[in-house]
Amino acid sequence: MAELLLELLSEEIPARMQSRAAEDLKRLTGEALKAAGLAFDEARAFSGPRRLALVVDGIPTARPDVSEERRGPRVGAPEQAVQGFLKAAGLASLDQAEKRDTGKGEFWFAVIRKQGGPTADVLPDVVDSVMKTLPWPKSMKWGSGTRLWVRPLQSVIALFDGKVLPGEVMLAGSMTPIRFGDTTRGHRFLSKGEIKVTGFADYHAKLEAAHVVLDAAERKKIILAGARKLAQEAQVVLRDDEGLLDEVAGLVEWPVPLLGTIDAQFMDVPPEVLITSMKAHLRQFVTLRGDGALASRFVVVANNLARDGGRTIVDGNERVLRSRLSDAKFFWDQDRKTTLVERLPGLQGIVFHAKLGTQAERVQRIAALAAAVADCVPGADKAQVMMAAELCKADLVSGMVGEFPELQGVMGRYYALHEKLPAAVADAIGDHYAPAGPNDRCPSAPVSMAVALADKLDALTSFWSIGEKPTGSRDPYALRRAALGVIRIVLENKLRLPLRRFFKQADLLDFLAERLKVQVREKGVRHDVIDAVFALGNEDDLVRLLARVEALQSFLGTEAGRNLLTAYGRAANIVRAEEKKDKALAAKIAGVPDVARLELAEEKAVASALAEVERSVKPALEKEDFSAAMQAFAGLRAPIDAFFDKVTVNVQDRPDLRLNRLKLLNQIRATMDAVADFSKIEG
Amino acid sequence: MSKPQCFQELILTLQTYWAKQGCVILQPYDMEMGAGTFHTATTLRALGPRPWYAAYVQPSRRPKDGRYGENPMRMQHYYQFQAILKPSPPDILERYLGSLDAIGIDTTMHDIRFVEDDWESPTLGAWGLGWEVWCDGSEVSQFTYFQQVGGIEVELVSGEITYGLERLAMYLFDKKSIYDLPFNRTDSEVPLSYGDVFLQNEREQSAYNFEYADTDMLFRHFVDAEKECGRLLERRLPLPAYEQCIKASHTFNLLDARGVISVTERQSYILRVRTLAKACCEAWLATQVAQPGLSAAAGAA
Repeated sequence: MAELLLELLSEEIPARMQSRAAEDLKRLTGEALKAAGLAFDEARAFSGPRRLALVVDGIPTARPDVSEERRGPRVGAPEQAVQGFLKAAGLASLDQAEKRDTGKGEFWFAVIRKQGGPTADVLPDVVDSVMKTLPWPKSMKWGSGTRLWVRPLQSVIALFDGKVLPGEVMLAGSMTPIRFGDTTRGHRFLSKGEIKVTGFADYHAKLEAAHVVLDAAERKKIILAGARKLAQEAQVVLRDDEGLLDEVAGLVEWPVPLLGTIDAQFMDVPPEVLITSMKAHLRQFVTLRGDGALASRFVVVANNLARDGGRTIVDGNERVLRSRLSDAKFFWDQDRKTTLVERLPGLQGIVFHAKLGTQAERVQRIAALAAAVADCVPGADKAQVMMAAELCKADLVSGMVGEFPELQGVMGRYYALHEKLPAAVADAIGDHYAPAGPNDRCPSAPVSMAVALADKLDALTSFWSIGEKPTGSRDPYALRRAALGVIRIVLENKLRLPLRRFFKQADLLDFLAERLKVQVREKGVRHDVIDAVFALGNEDDLVRLLARVEALQSFLGTEAGRNLLTAYGRAANIVRAEEKKDKALAAKIAGVPDVARLELAEEKAVASALAEVERSVKPALEKEDFSAAMQAFAGLRAPIDAFFDKVTVNVQDRPDLRLNRLKLLNQIRATMDAVADFSKIEG
Repeated sequence: MSKPQCFQELILTLQTYWAKQGCVILQPYDMEMGAGTFHTATTLRALGPRPWYAAYVQPSRRPKDGRYGENPMRMQHYYQFQAILKPSPPDILERYLGSLDAIGIDTTMHDIRFVEDDWESPTLGAWGLGWEVWCDGSEVSQFTYFQQVGGIEVELVSGEITYGLERLAMYLFDKKSIYDLPFNRTDSEVPLSYGDVFLQNEREQSAYNFEYADTDMLFRHFVDAEKECGRLLERRLPLPAYEQCIKASHTFNLLDARGVISVTERQSYILRVRTLAKACCEAWLATQVAQPGLSAAAGAA
């Protein structure tokens, strides 16, 4: 058993692509080894800014001889079939094949002996094929070559059992191929010259000595521990940011966390602005004070052990932050000299979409929708809703949002507060883009809900009206997100919003229903239960729709529910079977059975139970008490069971009786289907 | 050469450094253009089978970025220093880092990062992959491996390095405003700042760009340049034709700054310039293939 070590050294790989590439390297190599008939114990992959590495343990050093049989055509088969067989089996003529009687006649058989041999002989092809198939999200060529890689490839370590595998990466053009070797390079600035390695342990240790932490998880640990320690010493708390941590771990081979300070003059700029500058633009970690407010310290992770202990690096980072924040502060001071209302004419100059007009026109649509939505949002002050809707896009023409587009809404809120507009209006301006995704905060204040809903309903109805509907993976206007936003705001706030009041397009309602299905399915609701309720159609009140789904799901969880479902199935099956035989039957058995023709006690019992159910279900449905409606059904179960025990439906010589009994069964189905399409439920 | 002490020494240092790397040191193209990439030394030379190492300063004009000299970091006229190495040599990053060392960025003291940044020019029909290079958080250069120019896949990949000189100088000389940069040495007989040289220009040019440019005339110029470009291409004169493309591009930028081009029209103007650029690139490429004896023998890397 031996170890395979691979390292693909290149120029700097984008941080976001590294971990996926390491996983792909591991998966593809595993598959290629398997295809070559090679087992192994364990494969581990690593990634960093300049390298992908893979170690595979426990590969046998030699492959045994194997023979494989392949059945060919029948003896005496046409020449074409014989030639095809010979070609596929790699035989020169039938002399090399065997005749065998399979019991179903004589057939040609090829016995293909694959000679084993040293594993090292096949590994170069494995490495080559893996490198050719590794899928980078974006790849490029360089120099005069045509080979594609994420960035120019510099060297390849391919060691098996401590020995360099023979092989090379062809670059084409007039470029010298990169020969497989046993050397790499350490940190770009903290290490000089080539490093020769004998195996993974040696590689790992020598890289560490050359200031490269190979494992991204370990780099993250070092960053986090170092950053927390610095924060603690400065009596602040590091703000957790998993995404930033991942990214920074992909930018450094030798992480050196350093503590910097935000100039005091910027501390009254809104914290979101500071955070955006630090995090998104400079990859700096934010710290918080004990009370949760933004602290004036930040942590930057350098990729270098500087001679002066990092003083120059911190100084440079503080300077660049200062210049970014002076810009921001300039905008903050300037922007507050203009009111949001004064900004509105500016929206006429921005095209929202060629077919949908300007931002100003969009705002008018949103305001009209918001006014209508406000009627359905308890506690929403209509005047405030209108004000917030009219001002919600005004910050798009502010200096700050021009410079930091990701702060749209957030800045509008601050400017509204500065103008002393009602807090509910300011919050609604700030909240109206929310929720931006399944995990984002959902507006819960009445004015915010109304404006946020109007914003999303406008996007949906407007793009629908010009035929821009999402298809497959194409959703350039993020309409799925808008739909999910509508659903979340409505459901999480239990808003009774008759959606059809806001748009006429029937397929838009279907689209919303489809998104709701996806949404509730993710929450673990059974898909057949969802289908059963959605099959009723025609429901535009999402809260009521969901209440039905939930009631049905919990009813089906009870024994009564399960038994009733069985009874429903029997009734429906009989009716369906008879309907198949007689196309006109459906019309004949619609309606209530004839009481006079009910002969047996069991059928009378079902009829009266049905009547009872209808008496209690109707008011329950009207009160939207769906669990009470379901519970009412439970009373049907015993009579129906007794009916099936004692009563024959298809009475041969009494067609009138048969028809009446089918009517009874059909009524069971119809009564239950009024609440949900039980035929969709899987038993 | 010792560490640069002023703006012009930064240019001189970079020129000397890239000359030593084998580049021809060119002078700026004598036409208005939005970026150093528009220079024929980059756009056209990036195509075809012939190796090409060049470096030059290019004044870059972006009418919309004018701020009447009132914004300390933004101008409608600034300088880019551009180095292009075709085909990109295997040690191009080391050579680039050598240039940082030459201008006084000591890599044992600073934190240099290569942060993913893909480059695309819709007007030139060009794209490439590369990085923004950060020094202690400041962007000091852009580095791109050209993959396509004029809609044509390149035969030899150029490594293109662009230094935004003013921004780099602000970093090196620790200045908060471009206008405070020392243009020559502060101990010169006549010490001049960047503002002494360019502040009035920024004010006047901003006024021209935003207020006084004759838009009717510019619309005519655009159409004229477009026509002339087509006529010259028929005569198989890609170099003069490309100059008309540059002219059209800058005219469009001026019209855009004057705010007379709507969002929808904008896209169609960009497309018109791209059509010219593509045609020029194709015509240029044809001349490159047509001249034997100058093939890529030196391109082995």
